Amino acid sequence: MSFKVFQINEEFLDVMPKEIVELQENATWGNPKRGVMDLPFHKELIEEHSLCAGCPEAAALRYIMASIPAPEDTVIVNSTGCTSLVFPHIAMHTIHSLFGNQNAVASGIKRVLEYRYPDRVKDVIVLAGDGATVDIGLDCTLQSFFRQEKITTICFDNEVYANTGGQESGMTPKGHVFKMAPKGKQFEKVPMWQLAIDSGCHYVARLTVSSPKRVESVIKKAVYVAREVGPTYIHLYTPCILEIGLNSDQGLEEMRSKDKERFEFFEYVSPQAQEVIEKRKAEGLL
Amino acid sequence: MAKLGPMGFSPYPTAVNEGVLNPPEGKALLFDEIVDEEVAMREAAKAMLTRENPTIFPGPQVLYAWSEDAKKKAKLIKELAQVLGAKIIPMYDYRPKYPKINPEVEINPNHPNLTIWHNNIKACIFVGVHCHYANVALKIIRAETDCFTIALCSMEGHEDAMITLRDQHPEELEKFIKIAKEVKKELGI
Repeated sequence: MSFKVFQINEEFLDVMPKEIVELQENATWGNPKRGVMDLPFHKELIEEHSLCAGCPEAAALRYIMASIPAPEDTVIVNSTGCTSLVFPHIAMHTIHSLFGNQNAVASGIKRVLEYRYPDRVKDVIVLAGDGATVDIGLDCTLQSFFRQEKITTICFDNEVYANTGGQESGMTPKGHVFKMAPKGKQFEKVPMWQLAIDSGCHYVARLTVSSPKRVESVIKKAVYVAREVGPTYIHLYTPCILEIGLNSDQGLEEMRSKDKERFEFFEYVSPQAQEVIEKRKAEGLL
Repeated sequence: MAKLGPMGFSPYPTAVNEGVLNPPEGKALLFDEIVDEEVAMREAAKAMLTRENPTIFPGPQVLYAWSEDAKKKAKLIKELAQVLGAKIIPMYDYRPKYPKINPEVEINPNHPNLTIWHNNIKACIFVGVHCHYANVALKIIRAETDCFTIALCSMEGHEDAMITLRDQHPEELEKFIKIAKEVKKELGI
């Protein structure tokens, strides 16, 4: 399989939609140094999104798509949720798994890709919400860490089941009240980043998406470490502005305020992962 | 107003359900009859030349230059469109689009009827669309539109199309273009 198979036959360049032609001509393929700084100048791999106006999750997806080191050799596994509405609009291989199964599906895909393309590096990245990663899919998520699957798991934590009306999730902080949780959450927020470390992840990061460059840095580190060492986990705070009663222009402000609270930047790097990161830094890829 | 196809809004019964099967090797399917390839090609050319807004829907197998065969086919399809005076609307992505598609520039296998209704297409050719998506799209078109569908398939054909031509490779496409030119001359177009 090669990216060249997606080159448009020149006879059809005039009938193909402009955005598809631009993807071929002006997207950042085959360049591991690609990053969020390319966003204003190159075609993005995400064409448009169908999320709410001002949704921080949309910003997160744009930064992630711009930062993945080898999009032409990456498979994304996603799960049901707001993010799954975006995947039909991105120019990458995506697989929609059953709710909560995403890490099991990703494990299988990664193993088959290693078998099918032994001389080519293929990255598998899981993108799912907190309900799929931590509540319903916690079993599959942790088991993939225990098995040391070489995949990257990214959790979009909005601290609530947002698109089903506002039920509390395991990631909801204690005491928070939502439309469908009127008494307030009775238990503490699940410390998923700590569970990831204890379960064998080699690189773990917790952050908001208020800083695009920081998102780029952790995504690249997580993917490179997953390629060579083992599972990696990124926990992103992407608040649901509708469910917490904010306006479209207040998402960034909300994330910045949480940068100093429960989503203060946290990074764990295992000794093996540190070696990989140093090597990539020396190569100028980080 | 949109005119419904023979099945109304229900894609069932499918052609298979009505006992229509794909043609054997070397033959073609014209509605529910097995005919010679030349006969089907003539009827296909006639439909495309005489019905309103004839359109060719090329799929990924011919849109992208992934093999020498695909490159040859692309050239021939472009030539075929010129001979038939047909518009080309690509089916470049099979994923359902949310919240909408632009029916003027694309066709999607999950709701192909939108493109056909919007452009008032009365005859179309499917070529280079992967089997399962061609099957889905042709069933929907059969149920929900009055469009005359023609499948140029490189494998065994699609019984839900009104005309199915199977094993269509560059040589067969060249033959189809030749026949289309003859039919065009006969019709005085």
